[in-house]
Amino acid sequence: NTACPTHAMFTKYAVLASLAVAANAFAPSFLGGRLSLRQGQTSSATGVSMKIELPPLPYDYTALEPKISKTTLTIHHDKHHAKYVNVANQMIEGTEMEGDDAEAILMKAHKDNNVGLFNNAAQSWNHAFYWDCMKPNGGGAPTGDIAAQIDKDFGSYDEFKKQFDVAGNTAFGSGWAWLSWDGSKLSVDKTIGAGNPLTDGKTPVLTMDVWEHAYYVDYQNMRATYVTTFLDELVNWDFVNENFAKAKK
Amino acid sequence: PPRRMMEADRIVIMLRQSLRSASALRSAAKTHGARAMSTYALPSLPYDLGALEPVVNTEIMTLHHGKHHATYVANLNAALEKYADAEAKKDVAAMIALQGAIKFNGGGHVNHSIFWTNLCAPKDVVAPSEASPELAKMIDAQWGSLDAFKTEFNTKTAAVQGSGWGWLGYDKAAKKLAIATCANQDPLSTTGLTPLLGIDVWEHAYYLQYKNVRPEYLKQVWQVVNWKNVAERFKAASA
Repeated sequence: NTACPTHAMFTKYAVLASLAVAANAFAPSFLGGRLSLRQGQTSSATGVSMKIELPPLPYDYTALEPKISKTTLTIHHDKHHAKYVNVANQMIEGTEMEGDDAEAILMKAHKDNNVGLFNNAAQSWNHAFYWDCMKPNGGGAPTGDIAAQIDKDFGSYDEFKKQFDVAGNTAFGSGWAWLSWDGSKLSVDKTIGAGNPLTDGKTPVLTMDVWEHAYYVDYQNMRATYVTTFLDELVNWDFVNENFAKAKK
Repeated sequence: PPRRMMEADRIVIMLRQSLRSASALRSAAKTHGARAMSTYALPSLPYDLGALEPVVNTEIMTLHHGKHHATYVANLNAALEKYADAEAKKDVAAMIALQGAIKFNGGGHVNHSIFWTNLCAPKDVVAPSEASPELAKMIDAQWGSLDAFKTEFNTKTAAVQGSGWGWLGYDKAAKKLAIATCANQDPLSTTGLTPLLGIDVWEHAYYLQYKNVRPEYLKQVWQVVNWKNVAERFKAASA
């Protein structure tokens, strides 16, 4: 050890990192304090990787059946999301952005008008966020701070629900519906493609993917039914409250 | 004269309330002196729903034509009806607000109407050289070969981010062919090119069969491209 301290430290970190990654993969989210490989962050803190990671789904591939099928989650996560992560990593390899998390990369790509990198980094971020925005037996009216803020800024949950529904249904093409905090109030937005309210200086607290691959296997052309199901049966308001708490700080 | 105008107003209101049909409104609008609006109809497919199997399956064709295209037509008609109302009220802000829906749904109708004619059963496909020696020669002159053209077309079309279309278009000014891509339902006319062949790469066009593997769909779709139709469009555009 004294002969090669750096190597010994690296090995120790590598072992700890692998244990941490393994623990994170299996730790149920309600335990809290889980290491964050969410939202396309790197594990550079552990000294192992300088890449955006593909986080595992926070639930089983069958967990959202029949609202979202195992087939959809498998392809959506393992193919679509994975590809965005892989392409983004290829694009940042050898650049100063290696080691940055997906949020930092998408913001820089937006600033530099690097459309290709933005699309892949933002989609990496968007999908990681989306998985956490859903849970089995979710949906319905929220509780907690977000509920109070929704009443304040929309008048009622029903009004928020109507606006979010319209946003999801009128994104003309591939896109996302968002609930975001701008520093003083909540608002519903829709974005096209990989668009994300972070580039407008807002903090997203909830998102819904309305690219056709998010719902086509289960709902075919009936996007409206998917949107209603998302709102009534899938939204993870605990996660939204977490995001809102962080956003307000 | 004022009395006849009021009578016409009353007729319009009654028709709206009792019939709620586009043709009734149309005649009322004509009486009123407002612009008559058109209604668009879903064109029939020039083949059976299963004709493009196994390249594009029956389920996709049923949804794509009977649901997606049909919805663009219905929403285009609805947007145009609202636009006619706004025009009659001289509400320019409302007219402008409707332009997005007209572009999206109108574009969807235009694009898909071309698309159905651009395709045919695998057994009815002929080579471009047979459909139009002139077109085939131009493809060779510009890309080196038909294969090279397809490769560039597929590469560019696969790279469309999200929803959109890949096009072979004709540039009338330059008298040349061109490959272009458009986002969402923007029609090729927005680029100044005349459409000859469009390939839909909205996920609804291929997802049920090809899932996320858009390049595979693009590789296979050439087996159902109706070069006779492309040649007809080329002849009309280059005349």
